[in-house]
Amino acid sequence: MKSHNNCGLCQIDIENLSVVNRGDIIIENINLTFHCGELTAVIGRNGAGKTTLLQAIINERPYTGSITFKSHDDTAIKKPKIGYVPQQLVFDKSTPVSVADFMLSCKSKRPLWLGSDKKQLEEIKERLKSLECGYLWDRPLGNLSGGEIQKVLLLTALDPMPDLLILDEPVSGVDAAGLDMFYKRITTIRDQYHIAIILVSHDLNLIQRYADSAVLIDKTVVAQGDVDEVFASDAFNQLFGYLREEK
Amino acid sequence: MNFIYNILNSLPFEFIHYDFMKNALLAVIIITPLFALLGTMAVNNKMAFFSDALGHSAFTGIAIGILLGLGNPVLSMVAFGIFLGLVISRVKSFKTASTDTIISVFSSVSVALGIVILSKNGGFSKYSSYLIGDILIVTPQEILLMFIVLIVVYIVWIKIYNKLLLISINSSLASSRGINCALIENIFVVLLSISVMLSVKWIGILTINSFLILPSAAARNIALNSKQYHFYSLAIGIICGIAGLIISFYADTSAGATMVLTSAVVYFITLMFKKSVRK
Repeated sequence: MKSHNNCGLCQIDIENLSVVNRGDIIIENINLTFHCGELTAVIGRNGAGKTTLLQAIINERPYTGSITFKSHDDTAIKKPKIGYVPQQLVFDKSTPVSVADFMLSCKSKRPLWLGSDKKQLEEIKERLKSLECGYLWDRPLGNLSGGEIQKVLLLTALDPMPDLLILDEPVSGVDAAGLDMFYKRITTIRDQYHIAIILVSHDLNLIQRYADSAVLIDKTVVAQGDVDEVFASDAFNQLFGYLREEK
Repeated sequence: MNFIYNILNSLPFEFIHYDFMKNALLAVIIITPLFALLGTMAVNNKMAFFSDALGHSAFTGIAIGILLGLGNPVLSMVAFGIFLGLVISRVKSFKTASTDTIISVFSSVSVALGIVILSKNGGFSKYSSYLIGDILIVTPQEILLMFIVLIVVYIVWIKIYNKLLLISINSSLASSRGINCALIENIFVVLLSISVMLSVKWIGILTINSFLILPSAAARNIALNSKQYHFYSLAIGIICGIAGLIISFYADTSAGATMVLTSAVVYFITLMFKKSVRK
């Protein structure tokens, strides 16, 4: 077994997971295990159920089957800490909410309309500085660029350090250099804190470079294992083969 | 109450010497901060149309009260308002049709149903006063009730505001943080329903929604964060409410509508400043 530093989590077991929306089966019979210290890429065509799977894991959607977060001594963790980086923030850009407001709303008990807790605010400024964006704290959230939003979302997801980090197409609106930097940062966090990371992405090259394992989903799990194994599978070739031939 | 009356009497304004104006002023001082607070989130969540439907449904609430033989229809109005609010939220979550279509259906059905029941035997005219409202008929008991509602809403607001804010920005992110989004949103809908239904008699079915939305809409033109947003909304709500009441006294116009117009003027002024604030 690999060494575990900070995280209490060992693995996430998904058994027999199905999500049905008013008679339509969206995903069914999914059996998966995500290990801590591993970056697992979830791939599949549009509408294959990737986002639905994530929604079930973060408890946003009702599902049947079980999702269990287990610690090293094999007991279940009732309230796992989940960090979630959404695809994009779709919200009314004119909403008067500053970056600090947004980050504090995730953690602070003090209602933001009565002002923010000074100590927590300083912490957030420090965190922003760690990604060279300390100047962002009092900017309205709606004024940020794609790259700035992504930094803020990642910092928010890592505060507190989660057991599981979920990245849902986290790099839309970011340039190539920013992309590489982002994944380097993610893999550093994985190695440093030994957390489990689930990444949904369409970028197969990046997955090959950074992911430890991959899961191919098409309503259910059609291939899983090492990235190379999955990329060599028949199911993968049927779905994505044309991309390979183009090269 | 007498103590407050005495304080108001000592003010050097002519209008304040009438008891009905004292009551109206107190009512304004209580409901404007209430609506300013709820309005911030109603605007964030694009619920302006939703609260409009809520106000309109007051007719059905009154009608149900009369069918049940209640002397005062307030109870049935509040109950129906909460019911309708929760039903709209639930249907909205199915995502079968666009939100404004759903709300529009519920809004027109509840208006029509109310009018049909109330107009039976030709008695509708005595309820038409609800359309424009009358804050001058407010009683001390009603003021006390509103005050209690104000306190309750502020306490709940302290507890749920951060969660509501996060849900309004990204509900998946809120879920991942262990927030029960449906529960928190329903609490908000219930607070909104109670507040709208209790004050609709004073402000009027036709204007109550602007009363809720305008101060917050004006505030968000110039605010940059949550604290400013609330502070501006409160200040605009209270100042425009009191100013509107005084203007209506001297101009002999409907108080509710005059207060709404006063807020509208402020809204247009803030709109002019909007560009200079947002780079």
